[in-house]
Amino acid sequence: MKLKPFLLAASASVLATAAHAEFTGGVIKIGVLNDQSGVYADLSGQGSVWAAKKAVEDYCKENQCPAKIEVIFADHQNKPDIGSNIARQWYDVDGVDVIVDVPTSSVALAVNNITKEKNKVHLNSTGGTSDLTGKACTPNTIHWTYDTWALANGTGTALVKTGGDTWFFLTADYAFGHALERDTAAAVEKNGGKVLGKVRHPFPGQDFSSFLLQAQSSGAKVIGLANAGGDTINSVKQAAEFGIVQGGQNLAALLMFITDVHALGLQTAQGLVFTEAWYWDMNDQTRAFAEEFAAANNGAKPSMTQAGVYSAVIHYLKAVHELGSDADGAKVVEKMKSMPTEDRVFGKGHIRADGRKIHDMYLFEVKKPEESKGPWDYYKLRAVIPADQAFRPIEEGECPLVKKG
Amino acid sequence: MKSYDMPIFAALIAVLLFAPLALYPVFLMKVLCFALFAVAFNLLIGYVGLLSFGHAMFFGFAAYISAYTVKSWGWSPEFGILGGTAVAMLMGVVAGSIAIRRQGIYFAMVTLALAQMVFFFCLQAPFTGGEDGIQAVPRRPMFGFLDISNDLVLYYVVLVIFAAGFLIIHRTIHSPFGQVLKAIRENEQRAVSLGYKIDHYKLMAFVISATLSGLAGATKAIVFQLASLTDVTWQMSGEVVLMTLVGGMGTVFGPIAGAAVIITMQNYLAGFGEWVLVIQGVIFVVTVLLFRRGIVGEITAYLRARSAAKAAAAAGAAQTA
Repeated sequence: MKLKPFLLAASASVLATAAHAEFTGGVIKIGVLNDQSGVYADLSGQGSVWAAKKAVEDYCKENQCPAKIEVIFADHQNKPDIGSNIARQWYDVDGVDVIVDVPTSSVALAVNNITKEKNKVHLNSTGGTSDLTGKACTPNTIHWTYDTWALANGTGTALVKTGGDTWFFLTADYAFGHALERDTAAAVEKNGGKVLGKVRHPFPGQDFSSFLLQAQSSGAKVIGLANAGGDTINSVKQAAEFGIVQGGQNLAALLMFITDVHALGLQTAQGLVFTEAWYWDMNDQTRAFAEEFAAANNGAKPSMTQAGVYSAVIHYLKAVHELGSDADGAKVVEKMKSMPTEDRVFGKGHIRADGRKIHDMYLFEVKKPEESKGPWDYYKLRAVIPADQAFRPIEEGECPLVKKG
Repeated sequence: MKSYDMPIFAALIAVLLFAPLALYPVFLMKVLCFALFAVAFNLLIGYVGLLSFGHAMFFGFAAYISAYTVKSWGWSPEFGILGGTAVAMLMGVVAGSIAIRRQGIYFAMVTLALAQMVFFFCLQAPFTGGEDGIQAVPRRPMFGFLDISNDLVLYYVVLVIFAAGFLIIHRTIHSPFGQVLKAIRENEQRAVSLGYKIDHYKLMAFVISATLSGLAGATKAIVFQLASLTDVTWQMSGEVVLMTLVGGMGTVFGPIAGAAVIITMQNYLAGFGEWVLVIQGVIFVVTVLLFRRGIVGEITAYLRARSAAKAAAAAGAAQTA
């Protein structure tokens, strides 16, 4: 039974590429490595596993499956040693050909290195660090959905253009926060905005009141939250108590996801502005995808990173199908870079030489409770950041692959 | 009473020599690193009765030092590991001389506070790479000729390091020095009245424990080719407590068994996703409620009770005869 599509595909690829199909172990094995239990479990977790399985199902429905395809998953608990152990074991023992998703930048970078060493494929959707396509770029990794540079730049640029031209930063006092602040401030100033001031809060922080009052009295139109996770959630909550948004200032989160808005509730999150790569309620196709996702995931709508997993897996399958082989990871990635991307969820796009997937980004504003029609109806589109401006220019990334080429 | 430690240890090493045939070497190396960490930790809690809640600072910081010296300064791995271990020893001297002035919960809190300082230092210091950690640490040839980029070769190197660390601890416990440590654990006042300068003994034990924790961390950084914040967080300090309790506090082999159980769960149950932590919690509760002596502790207690019963029976038989 299982041999038949394999043989069909094999003979098809003989016709197409004059090579015979060679899939390591006779299976295309996709490993979804992410957080199943911690802070990123809602954002990636089982939703990403579903998205990868769905991508396989959809691909096989439209095209013949090139081989038997398996999807497995594991929880890296946001620890790089656990993640790297699983990744090594998947590649060495379990015959996994591609690892997708991987939130938490330390784990993502570890998997990035191992993937290069073993010449497999790493498609990162939930990891944020822009180093993946910068200093740490490899010929085996594609960074799919977003990165921190794109979020900082998108929010900075688009907000200034739509009137938010004076800024005050609330920054988590460690390297990550500083980098977010630096990238955003650069975008703000480049577009003619002004940074009125900034304040650094300890990481992790609990009490943001004095910092928020400082931000409020600065009179800046936008308060940029250069922090992440629990810090962002807490500062948004406390800002709501001070009525900062009602007072006419905008809160701009530089690293925030729809699952965070869902957790906060509209009453608290309203008026918050931030950048995302994808929203489920954009067109008929994304809504259809979200319906299917919700049916399988207790009514939750997909996050942009889960949608990214779907899109990345579809494109990967196209590439290995055309190549007729998944054995050489660098070759598969090269193939993926050479083909334009297109799928029903993410639409059209392409992949740059440094491994950056390029598509539009969007600046969203969170709706007021009375504007929302129900759960998960959260965003108003405030601006589109066109694909050619959404990501860090390739020459600024210091990616060694680019210098060589 | 005759000690079976050495035959058991020899058997353990023999099994470990052939273990890579059946199990994945990187996984085994991880178990060995954590086993060494837990054994070092056990010296303090099991034999001196001091519960340190900050051992991650030695483990994690040594990992950073070893990763950094090997990656950025181009040191060869054996010097990187030694460097990390030496730094952990110095930290042990400083942290130890502050912490041993207090006992019980105060001791635990002082070590926790010091460990948190180290954590925040690692979070902020530029050389640690913040949240990203130090990545892609090269596996250069060890001693200039051992190709440790081969997992199997590295495994035997790690096994040697583990065995050496274990023997140091074992020697420490079974020396006159170790006897004094146990005396301090049982009754500190009495040890003082016997004329021992207990602070010197405690500090020495603390430093040995810190140094070997550092050795474990520094080795782990070479194995995984990375050092990250995970290893200096207080959760890591908690994990080693968990390993020691599950395996059997104050037993020679307990921490090894505990480390193996916890690491195996983290790896082989990773497919269960969020349930891993729940399972880990349940095992901990069950251990504490039902097998308070831990896995190895219960086994030894059972064997001891049996041989005591046998001896009593033999004595009884001799009397009646």
